[in-house]
Amino acid sequence: MLDLVWLVPAFPLAGFLILTFGGRRLGEPTAGWLATGAMAGSFLATAGAFYDLAGRDLHDRRSVTTLFEWVPAGDLTVDVGFLADPLSLTMCLFVTGVGALIHLYSIGYMHGDADFRRFFAYLNLFAFAMLMLVLGDNLLLTFLGWEGVGACSYLLISFWFTDEANASAGKKAFITNRIGDWGFMLAIFMTFATFGTVAYVDVLDTTAAGTVATSTATFIALMLFVGAIGKSAQFPLFLWLPDAMAGPTPVSALIHAATMVTSGIYLLTRVNPIIADAADWVPTLIAWTGAGTALFAATIAVAQRDIKKVLAYSTISQLGYMFLAVGCGAYVAAVFHMITHAFFKALLFLGSGSVIHGMDGDQDMAHYGGLRRLMPVTAGTFVIGWLAIAGVPPFAGFWSKDEILAYAWNESPLLWAVGLVTAVLTAFYMTRLVILTFFGRHRYADPRPDEVEEAWASAIAVAEEAVVAAAAALAAAVTASEAATDEPDVAEAVVAARAAHEAAVLERDGIVASAGERPELPALALYGAPDIGPVADRLPDQVATRSDHHPHESPWTMGLPLVVLAVLSVLGGLIQLPFSTATKRLEGWLEPTLFGNEVHLSVGTGTLWVLAAVAVAGGAVGILVAVAAYLQRRVDHRAFEQPILADAWRFDRLVSNFMGGPGRAGFEATANFDSTVVDGAVESVATMVKAEARLLRRFHNGLVRTYAAGVGVGAVGLVVWFLSRTSF
Amino acid sequence: MVVTTSWYLTLAAILFSMGAVGLLTRRNPLIMIMCIELMLNAVNLTFVSLGSELGDLGGQLSVFFVLVVAASEVVVGLAVVVAIMRRRQGATVDDLSVLRG
Repeated sequence: MLDLVWLVPAFPLAGFLILTFGGRRLGEPTAGWLATGAMAGSFLATAGAFYDLAGRDLHDRRSVTTLFEWVPAGDLTVDVGFLADPLSLTMCLFVTGVGALIHLYSIGYMHGDADFRRFFAYLNLFAFAMLMLVLGDNLLLTFLGWEGVGACSYLLISFWFTDEANASAGKKAFITNRIGDWGFMLAIFMTFATFGTVAYVDVLDTTAAGTVATSTATFIALMLFVGAIGKSAQFPLFLWLPDAMAGPTPVSALIHAATMVTSGIYLLTRVNPIIADAADWVPTLIAWTGAGTALFAATIAVAQRDIKKVLAYSTISQLGYMFLAVGCGAYVAAVFHMITHAFFKALLFLGSGSVIHGMDGDQDMAHYGGLRRLMPVTAGTFVIGWLAIAGVPPFAGFWSKDEILAYAWNESPLLWAVGLVTAVLTAFYMTRLVILTFFGRHRYADPRPDEVEEAWASAIAVAEEAVVAAAAALAAAVTASEAATDEPDVAEAVVAARAAHEAAVLERDGIVASAGERPELPALALYGAPDIGPVADRLPDQVATRSDHHPHESPWTMGLPLVVLAVLSVLGGLIQLPFSTATKRLEGWLEPTLFGNEVHLSVGTGTLWVLAAVAVAGGAVGILVAVAAYLQRRVDHRAFEQPILADAWRFDRLVSNFMGGPGRAGFEATANFDSTVVDGAVESVATMVKAEARLLRRFHNGLVRTYAAGVGVGAVGLVVWFLSRTSF
Repeated sequence: MVVTTSWYLTLAAILFSMGAVGLLTRRNPLIMIMCIELMLNAVNLTFVSLGSELGDLGGQLSVFFVLVVAASEVVVGLAVVVAIMRRRQGATVDDLSVLRG
């Protein structure tokens, strides 16, 4: 079965080709089922390869299947080959498994979309690229997959490209990733220059034997880390991930939560011998980057109102945990968290997609609330995902997060403290999200601030019209009284019209004054319908229409993946329980790929219990504070939602300003240098040649006899020269 | 009166000069080709006379090469002249300066 490992990427590739060239007959839902079937086939092929590999001896668990020679270029030969070992097959299992579930979910989510077939073609292409990334037996093939997933990410973020914001979000993701890819490429070049090959097996075995200079290993490790930062959205290159939420929600779940963004961690785990040979500060840098990003992103997630933005920053934060683990040498813990995170974050994203689907595309949590009664399946599974990410035992996230925190303590208590604070914040913002979405008052039919604004404007306009009408009536009455001065009725009519006009002006002034003094409407009316004052009866029709229309539960194609992922989020911890060597199944399984570089905990069992207890207590604190703020109104929730946090510490704007200011000046100076100095040098050479040619062309007059004269004069000249040198 | 080698050489020099002056002054392509022939044969004459003077067969051998080259040159040259004359009656070589730089 292992020699059939090429089937794993072949299935989605075939799906992509059929969907692309299959024509219009493959519409909805055939295209979706075809794509899902391709992923399911890929999953089965992976499972077959997995059982084959598991049946082998511990040190025979590495199989390279070469399909053909790809790049034969002098000293550099690169094959298209697949490396099946415990690490790559573990990745493949959850990429294809979670991927198949998300494909199934998309059939329901994308229902009615005009580009149904294109969507599934892209999804399959993404799965193919991701599997090439994971299974490639050399750095170049991994890079091919790396760029492939980047391109698919771009295509899928801007899937609804008619909206300007979506299109530019796609571009932002693509361009930010270029910085990381630059690092990856330098690492590949350096690897080839050092080892003469880019195949993992040779490179890693040579490195593990310890024959590589520290400075070389440091450079390669650092450049691969730069690549990983870009792809896995770590500080400072995380900017693209929150914007990537512009894509359809299944894309956010598959690409920007479960699979693609974890490829940075996969890459660093893959090359663990290089990191082990690098200078000591490299792992420390990785650990601190991860811990810093985890904390930074968690603080931002606290104040977001867009449900997908919360989950996006949460993803960045959880990826930070994985980098923390890699930096501490806890590769198993990193992969473990990667797997459990794939389960519960895919679940949370798909759940949020179900909510968005039910809410007709509304992503603002201010408009949610009380949805658990209307969407019971979504709410039930979402709660499981919440408990898993918040680190509540015995859900999957508890085990993996606790393992990372233990290794962080082993490395430095300071790292552990940062991780713990992040865990508390994670519990807080996820509880906030769950309460705002599924609990509390049903805010769907509340008038929104812009609608209230509209009501005020219409009230003022009506009063203004009344004033104009009263003024016109007054003018007419005055004209009539001047025409017939001696009739008392007319004089009375003038008095009445003047009184009516004064009353209208008074009323208009009153409305304008109260419009100026009205209280600002809170974004989140958590505990009761907002008081909108005297314009309540002037609200636009859509508010009334909304209260008749209720959010609805999603179809079974969306519900089934949620249930399966919820089960996995509960049971995911079973693959690596920290009680004995026998229960650490993942550690034993991954051991052949780690070359003994996995750090061993030097703290006692007692300390580990205390650490676990502290982590659970921290999670409980986070949950309880959120409950107190958002469910029981004991704490004002606005204290947590600082504007600077909602604005992501203004980091995005900082980067924009830098790039738009000094950055732009720098680029323009470079462009200027190119167009004046570099181009100038080239162009002046051309000008000189032209001037010379202008002189010489006079001799080329087309008159044969002139040329003959030239030849004659030259010959005579030569003879004279020879004679003058000869002594007779 | 003994005809010495220098007579032949003088005759060759006169023939060569006539050819060269004709080439430089005349504009009729046919005449110009004849002038070239004249110059080539003047050179042939020097080869032959110096070859017999020095007893070296190489001089006479060179003449054959020059004759072959001259014959092929005339073939090509006359073909060009005929082609030009078909197109433009009474053309001189100065009229054909369209390929100037």
